[in-house]
Amino acid sequence: MIEHVDILIIGAGPAGIHAALAAAPSGLRIVLLDDNPLPGGQIWRDGPQASLPTQATRLRERLQACANVQIQGSTRVIARPAPHQLLVENDQRGWIIGYAKLILCTGARELLLPFPGWTLPGVTGAGGLQALIKGGLPVAGERVVVAGSGPLLLASAHSAAKNGARILRIAEQASTRAVAGFATQLPRWPHKWLQSLQLFSPAYRPGSHVLAALGDDRLEGVRLMQQGRIREVPCDRLACGFGLVPNTQLGEALGCALQDRAIAVDAWQASSLADHFAAGECTGFGGSELASVEGSIAGHAAAGDQAAAQRLWPQRARWQGFAAVLNRAFALDPALAALCAPDTLVCRCEDVPFAALAAHCDWREAKLATRCGMGACQGRVCGAATAHLFGWQPSAPRPPFSPARIETLLRLDGHPPA
Amino acid sequence: MLELTVDGRTLQVAVGTSVAAALAMAGDGCTRTSVSGQRRAPLCGMGICQECRVTIDGARRLACQTSCRDGMQVRSLP
Repeated sequence: MIEHVDILIIGAGPAGIHAALAAAPSGLRIVLLDDNPLPGGQIWRDGPQASLPTQATRLRERLQACANVQIQGSTRVIARPAPHQLLVENDQRGWIIGYAKLILCTGARELLLPFPGWTLPGVTGAGGLQALIKGGLPVAGERVVVAGSGPLLLASAHSAAKNGARILRIAEQASTRAVAGFATQLPRWPHKWLQSLQLFSPAYRPGSHVLAALGDDRLEGVRLMQQGRIREVPCDRLACGFGLVPNTQLGEALGCALQDRAIAVDAWQASSLADHFAAGECTGFGGSELASVEGSIAGHAAAGDQAAAQRLWPQRARWQGFAAVLNRAFALDPALAALCAPDTLVCRCEDVPFAALAAHCDWREAKLATRCGMGACQGRVCGAATAHLFGWQPSAPRPPFSPARIETLLRLDGHPPA
Repeated sequence: MLELTVDGRTLQVAVGTSVAAALAMAGDGCTRTSVSGQRRAPLCGMGICQECRVTIDGARRLACQTSCRDGMQVRSLP
């Protein structure tokens, strides 16, 4: 049996929620699907140790009040059986959803770059640690080092500190000059400026990056390059993320064109594929405000209200300006591509070391020879890492897009994946 | 509060707690052993890296994207 909807939205973060709310007054039948149990995305992830802003709670209430919007949590996209159809799976069942319009709001993931010791338990992403803490991970009394790049480092440290962790260091790879330049621009977006003042920490050091995570079976400390000097800091956790990578996999698999490693969209947030829209971080990193307004534009456009969509263009331009300043300031130092030792694992699923990859000339050749990118994450972590380390372009994913149960794949019987 | 079993140990957690958090409360937080024998723990916290895959009520699930439920049986992968 195929479920038919007018508008299917993949991803219930700021972009997806705003897309659903913008499209809802049309009365069309809308499904909002997310692989997390609750809507909110990463920024508004709920949990026993999360403190949701009132804006997020209000949006969730508005969403629940829309009778024509159905929220499908804990549901993943597995395959594309035919044009305008997706095979999806939750913990109970697998089924096919047919749609007239699709809005991709698949967000971004952290850029996790390999360095010696990064596979040790105790090392997480920066946003990763924040997400785990919101879900109830106890960190009280733990010594935490945060490293990598971008404003997410401060947000992650703030969550950890609020839950009782001791933040020993926040190592930002961008130079003091770049960070200071960014700070002087911030008052142009007063809300962001206030946010940054609330998050500021005395442990923050620009011009600093991780060299290695230390320990045998578990993280015991971290070696940092701190403003030109090597420092070792004993700690219990290292939260390390180097910015964000747009989640383009599903868009690519459906045939949407990419631009600058993000899903390419026009002024209506329409992708290169008819009836397929994209909004938020999967179209390029810009923060939750930009994602929200892009989501609203996509929702209006998909529901056929061009005038309402167009009214939001100036607002989008304003936040695109913020995104441009942000991305310039936190551009990655080329030194970060040289952190691996020969035996540092780059592919964590198949345990492929740096030395085994360095001899290959592209992603496909490396994959065939070493199994890099062929494990459970299907290259989502090492694909982005090797793009940064070697400049390789990972190939478009093939179904199943996510590990799936056999019963779910059997739904493809009579609907072989295109 | 909810009561669940993690690797044979019974514990109580607050409603909304992720299985990843429950694993850290019940033991060392590790979820699986890699193909070369390293113990691993959740990395990305958001359903991308698959490091946190464990057995929940007999099925393979991601600990970071699964909320604890009363009576749930969680086993980390040896």
